[in-house]
Amino acid sequence: MTDIRTDMSYAAEGDARFGDYVALLKPRVMSLVVFTALAGLLVAPGSLHPIEALAAIIFIALGAGASGALNMWWDADIDRVMKRTMKRPIPAGKVTPEEALGLGVGLSGLSVIMLWLATNALAGFLLAFTIFFYAVIYSMWLKRATPQNIVIGGAAGAFPPMIGWVAVTGSISVEACLMFLLIFMWTPPHFWALALFMKSDYHKARVPMLTVTHGRQVTRAHVLAYTLALVPVALMAGFTSIGGPVYLALALVLNAIFLQGAWAIWQRDEAQAEADGYATEKRVFRFSLAYLFLHFTAFLAEAMLAYLPVYAAFAARLPLLEVF
Amino acid sequence: MAITREHELHRRRSSRNVGLAIALVGFIALVFGLTIAKVQGGASLQAFDHSYRPALDPDNVRFQQR
Repeated sequence: MTDIRTDMSYAAEGDARFGDYVALLKPRVMSLVVFTALAGLLVAPGSLHPIEALAAIIFIALGAGASGALNMWWDADIDRVMKRTMKRPIPAGKVTPEEALGLGVGLSGLSVIMLWLATNALAGFLLAFTIFFYAVIYSMWLKRATPQNIVIGGAAGAFPPMIGWVAVTGSISVEACLMFLLIFMWTPPHFWALALFMKSDYHKARVPMLTVTHGRQVTRAHVLAYTLALVPVALMAGFTSIGGPVYLALALVLNAIFLQGAWAIWQRDEAQAEADGYATEKRVFRFSLAYLFLHFTAFLAEAMLAYLPVYAAFAARLPLLEVF
Repeated sequence: MAITREHELHRRRSSRNVGLAIALVGFIALVFGLTIAKVQGGASLQAFDHSYRPALDPDNVRFQQR
């Protein structure tokens, strides 16, 4: 009997708890995916049976989780080095890389096929593309190749509301594209505001991050530039069928605050930031979370308010942006 | 280390078994619910069954309606 080991610190196939496999799916990212996909699904014109809608949300979230597992499988070497990620299931020795790969591939196939069957082929294709984009284009290629990795990688997080929309309508519209662009353009200033005050160890893992490769002052300029590009996208959505007076009023306020924050970040240098403990950067980062949440909440509010005839008549006075 | 009935390994295994059972039951319930939803909201459930049925051929139905 030499095959009995009392040392439980190694990872062997089938040693993990169920929660370790759940952790591979990045549940916090999944919760954001659920919220934005649900918003895309609820604001879309048309209807879906409640069970079909539930299935769509579950499989979009599962697809996002699958890409998270594939990301953890590929990035296990980086995760082992960085403090923030060394407790993830693979570097912690709870799950083997092979199990993570199997789970990622299996759930990818299951979620794509089931979303297709539950809704339509285009929604299934978009989910497959999202998984491919995050796992291959971002994780395997761009993350270690360019400091603009976060910009392009942000596209993967931007697809869920578009998939929710397509699940109902079966086609891509200007509204779906604007919801995509809203998250896509929001990701860089959100992430770089965090990167400015978080002393991360990406350099140890040899991941090119803008703060390290081009310096903090360039990063500050990038935060402002991407916020400037984000504002018209957010306001434009107000002139489509998913927007309206309430959305537009809220978007004006939120974008003015965000722009003011980005401007303040750009105006500061490292000495000023260190003197007050990165107060502005922290404030802008926290605000950016509320910014995205409130924009999508406003889309949902507009969808609900449209049922009120008085409000619908008032909203009809706004010019509508119709591109395709 | 003493070998007990409730070893850490048993707890991990139990956690996996219960988690997988819940996930599978949830998946089955969802597929069942989807089936009901598709059947309720779907089109005709009839299909060709080994032999040609003119009543199910859309072209034939359109021709007869003219």
